[in-house]
Amino acid sequence: MNRRDFLKNSITVIAGLAVPLSALELINPRKLLAKKDGESAVRWAFLVDTQACVGCGFCVKACKTENGIPHETNITRTWVERYVVTKTGKTYIDSPKGARDGFTANRIDLGEEGHQEIDKDDVEKAFFVPKLCNQCENPACVQVCPVGATYQTPDGVVLVDRKHCIGCAYCIMACPYGVRSFHPEYKTAEKCTFCYHLITRGMKTACVDACPFGARKIGNLRDPDDPVTKTIMSGRVGILKEQYGTKPQVYYLALSREVK
Amino acid sequence: MVHGEAWTLKELFVYPNEYIYWTIQIVMYPFMTGLVAGAFVLSSLYHVFGIKELKDIARFSLVFSFALLPVAMVPLQLHLQHPERGIEVMLTPHFTSAIAAFGIAFSTYGMIVATELWFVYRKHFVETAQALRAKRDKSLPERGQYFLFSALTLGAWDISAQALAKDEKGVKIMATAGIPVACLLHGYAGFIFGSVKANALWTTPLMPFIFICSAVVSGIALCVLSYIVTMEIRKLMVTWKRKSDPSLPTPEEIRTVEMFEVTMTARYLVLALLAALGLELLDLLFRDYAKFHSWEIVRTLIYGKDFVNVFVIQYGLGNLVPLVLFLLPGLTVRRAVVATLLVLMGVFMMRWNLVIGGQAFSASFAGFMHYELPVIPHDIETFKEGLIGAILVGIMPFVFFWGLIKIFPVFRCEDSH
Repeated sequence: MNRRDFLKNSITVIAGLAVPLSALELINPRKLLAKKDGESAVRWAFLVDTQACVGCGFCVKACKTENGIPHETNITRTWVERYVVTKTGKTYIDSPKGARDGFTANRIDLGEEGHQEIDKDDVEKAFFVPKLCNQCENPACVQVCPVGATYQTPDGVVLVDRKHCIGCAYCIMACPYGVRSFHPEYKTAEKCTFCYHLITRGMKTACVDACPFGARKIGNLRDPDDPVTKTIMSGRVGILKEQYGTKPQVYYLALSREVK
Repeated sequence: MVHGEAWTLKELFVYPNEYIYWTIQIVMYPFMTGLVAGAFVLSSLYHVFGIKELKDIARFSLVFSFALLPVAMVPLQLHLQHPERGIEVMLTPHFTSAIAAFGIAFSTYGMIVATELWFVYRKHFVETAQALRAKRDKSLPERGQYFLFSALTLGAWDISAQALAKDEKGVKIMATAGIPVACLLHGYAGFIFGSVKANALWTTPLMPFIFICSAVVSGIALCVLSYIVTMEIRKLMVTWKRKSDPSLPTPEEIRTVEMFEVTMTARYLVLALLAALGLELLDLLFRDYAKFHSWEIVRTLIYGKDFVNVFVIQYGLGNLVPLVLFLLPGLTVRRAVVATLLVLMGVFMMRWNLVIGGQAFSASFAGFMHYELPVIPHDIETFKEGLIGAILVGIMPFVFFWGLIKIFPVFRCEDSH
């Protein structure tokens, strides 16, 4: 082989290799993985440990700051409920301002009915339950939106397009969990997004980061090695309002029957 | 302040984001569409089933239905947080949503009513236009009128007996097609509520049928009432005008309320009222008997907090009393007026108890919400979704009707079919 032929053949081989190599370059492996079996490689899920929650409200505050919900506004993407069950079997529930400032007083907020003092000796059990959007597998809110402004991402999070929402409130009516509201400034449907702008960049949600007790965790259900997935799969977890068939994806450890 | 906070009072445990989001305008919406559908069904009784006795009131209710039509969407528009995007429901509908069908149902129905009206009044358009064309030295309003009526003929100037027979056929086809579409328009409004599984009070497959029956009730009631009132006003006006010009016909000579039309229409009203009442009570009985998870809070609401609204005002004053008034022998105009007013109030209360009542308890089933209707508005929101906004919506159809009777002569029998 002379030098001329060598160069000629080399160019052919390089050109030949370049085609499949460029194909590898063009196709993002993450996208390939995402398309496996027609399903996304990620399915976000949330795990709440009600035993660990102390009702400090740091999560609510962090969420409001992170997601631009005015601090004084009486809506919130996430909140904490307090349950107090007395020895006579009566259940008291409250969540003043969504527990934005934490539960600092013993008395129960009954709204227009005022407040209720409960004697410590009368308390049979008391606990806190953090709430947020369940990012349902079968979201009623997405189904009822008349213009498709609210939608489910391939990794399971339900989002709202503020440019298209007409503000009819049908989604708010359709949600059995009461997680939706109207944003006071944008006047569009507002809801928890699992901090989608953070989790898709490898970060945690604002509430998860803010929780000092590890009561809130987020994970990928499609990753069998994810500790959250492991707990959900092997632990004894509960979900909220199963009867509506929405298939909620926020799982609760030690969920008590009083929880609404 | 967030949307809903201005008029919502919370009691016991209510989720932090829960407020009364659907307010009086959403009460007005099914009320107005119900009137549209009911008025149309009444007009069809004459055109389709050939009940000749209803000729007067049929033409009246057809025009009235058309006047009500644009008003049916006004409450929806007023309650939107982004009214400027409201049109997108029609342009980019998301068909898994019950509301997305609105554009299709509404425009189909609108076209049917408009077409039927055209067939009914084409002869009148042609004659008016021809009379104006023949006239020399037309004044400016007359010239405008001439152009309007010429345009309304859509170029169909033939008013031979043959052509008019074809018109009559067209009316019948449109009236027949209109009945299922009117039922669809309103039945689907019922579906919007009935399909919300998250709301314990709304979710029932009976809802569309309840809505259709109560729509017919309210539509007939409003037509009878407006018919009586306009006829009486005409009589008064003639009496007043005769004072200055005795050559005008006497009040006895002009057409007045035809009592047999009222009696006959009342019979259909009673039938529809019984059907609506039957369905509603069946729904209540079923809930009470089945005792679902939600029954406890629904019971507290219906039998407790809302007892006066539901049983005294809606079922008692709004349904039973008018039923007795209509069924007692020897119906008079005055009694018919009282009964139709009560019926209208009853249907309105049914919508109120459904829309506001459905939001009067929290989805947690552990608390209640009260709606405080904003009477004196202090911002755009309390204006739109308060008493003033609702009254505006209530007045609108009468303003439209007043405008429409200038084009469609409702009160002159000989001009039309």
